[in-house]
Amino acid sequence: MSLLIAGRELRSLFIPPLAWSILGVVQGILAWVYLVQLDNFITLQARLSTLEGAPGVTDMIVMPLFSLLGILLLLVMPLITMRLISEERRNKTLPLFLSSPAPVKDIVIGKFLAVLGFVGVMLALLILMSLAMALGTSLDYGQVAAGLLGLFLMLAAFAAIGLYISCLTQHPTVAAVVTFGVLFMLWIVNWATQAGAETDTALRWLSIVQHQESFYRGLVDTADIFYYLLIIGLFLLLSVRRLDAERLQT
Amino acid sequence: MAESTAHKLVVADRLSRRYGRLQAVCDVSFTLDKGEVLGFLGPNGAGKSTTMQMLCGCLAPTEGGIRINGVDLLEDPLAAKRQIGFLPEQPPLYAELTVDEYLRYSARLRRVARSRLGAAVATVKERCGLTDSGRRLIGNLSKGYQQRVGIAQAIVHSPPVVILDEPTVGLDPIQIREIRDLIRTLGNDHGVILSTHILPEVQMTCNRVQIIHRGKLVFSDSIDNLNRQTQADSLLLALRNKPAVTELEAVDDVSEVETLPDGRFRIRFVPDRSPADRLVTLSVEHNWGLTELTPENRTLEQIFIMLTHADQSGEATT
Repeated sequence: MSLLIAGRELRSLFIPPLAWSILGVVQGILAWVYLVQLDNFITLQARLSTLEGAPGVTDMIVMPLFSLLGILLLLVMPLITMRLISEERRNKTLPLFLSSPAPVKDIVIGKFLAVLGFVGVMLALLILMSLAMALGTSLDYGQVAAGLLGLFLMLAAFAAIGLYISCLTQHPTVAAVVTFGVLFMLWIVNWATQAGAETDTALRWLSIVQHQESFYRGLVDTADIFYYLLIIGLFLLLSVRRLDAERLQT
Repeated sequence: MAESTAHKLVVADRLSRRYGRLQAVCDVSFTLDKGEVLGFLGPNGAGKSTTMQMLCGCLAPTEGGIRINGVDLLEDPLAAKRQIGFLPEQPPLYAELTVDEYLRYSARLRRVARSRLGAAVATVKERCGLTDSGRRLIGNLSKGYQQRVGIAQAIVHSPPVVILDEPTVGLDPIQIREIRDLIRTLGNDHGVILSTHILPEVQMTCNRVQIIHRGKLVFSDSIDNLNRQTQADSLLLALRNKPAVTELEAVDDVSEVETLPDGRFRIRFVPDRSPADRLVTLSVEHNWGLTELTPENRTLEQIFIMLTHADQSGEATT
């Protein structure tokens, strides 16, 4: 049932030009940065080769692309998730689900899977671009895989947060603005800790980028995975509860 | 109670719904049998839509219970919802899908097996007159056709209970007639509940009617009894050679004669004892030159006033 809903949602996502324009713009920016990084690497190559344990192609070109995509999607994800539920509410299409023998969790999971599908397309493009390097040099595939996992988890967490916020309103733009605000706060929440060094570990732990860095270094830490899964689970659960409450009050 | 309602398609038991401090529906009970078209009649804001939404599980009642085909909607909502097809006040359509895509999607949502999907969609399109519109985008259809798609969506899985909230709003007269015909045929093998604020619509399509006013059921009976309620207790009379009012008042069973500004008379009479034939005879005898004699049916508003007034006076005496 949730796959059915996901399929319908993906269709609706790709029928208007929004998804295509997002893919195009993001890909254009990535390509530009890719070329700039490649250029830098070629200039620095002679000096790097003399250093012991110097960063390789993966560190210099692929991982910056990954982290750039993370930043771009911080801006873009709200645009993708904003209409998930709010538009259903605005167009009064929710009764179609609510009067169907489909549990609310299927609706939420279906919508979530649809966004993951979109994220998958975006990551596939990123991977293809990175793998193009393999034609001329050798990549650290372990590090690429770890980076991919980390990025995917973070984007899934973005999607879950966006989905929940979309449940709260019937105005897609409001959902987009609030989602952006929340994601950005999660992004910069660790800025407060810099002066105090190790003392503010709670804020540091809360920061959504903090958990990315080890993935980009090729380190898969279960604590980081757990952090993302916790966020995803929490916001999906909140979405289900919010939609359930739809039945109870107004 | 349990035994007598066991075979009913829908049993609503003392439903109440509050929105904050507003009591939208209060203590509404009714049942629906197979093969019945039940009309919910009421002015705007009477609680019709709220009741419909509660019946199909979109809204939880504050108090009371609902059984659909023997399944408790609140305890086992998924099983109960399989028995329902619902058309909300505003059809839940996706403008960017084609009619075929949308109906297939709705059918799958309503758990129509994949193997029967094509047949179910084809049947429902034929029933709703959408056979030629399958590949059109819903967003480009006219309001009437969108309404048909909405109805198609509600019956695509041929549920035992079909709930239609104001199905003819915004349609032109020909479309209204088609939709009414469709509803009547639906009544043959489904139980249908429909809501409307148009009195003739109920008289034309339903065989049982409930009138809801300010959240309360004020009338619940067969359509024949409603027709008796709406029956005239006055006649409009136009005569070329006008007699004196006293002459008309002298006729048997006439209780009151009123002269209207356009020269016609409104003749009120004792209920169920229309003096129409006597008036015709007198007109011929006295050469009054009868040009018009029309029974005046009560409007919905008058029935509401009558019913609610009767209700209040009934409460006052008990």
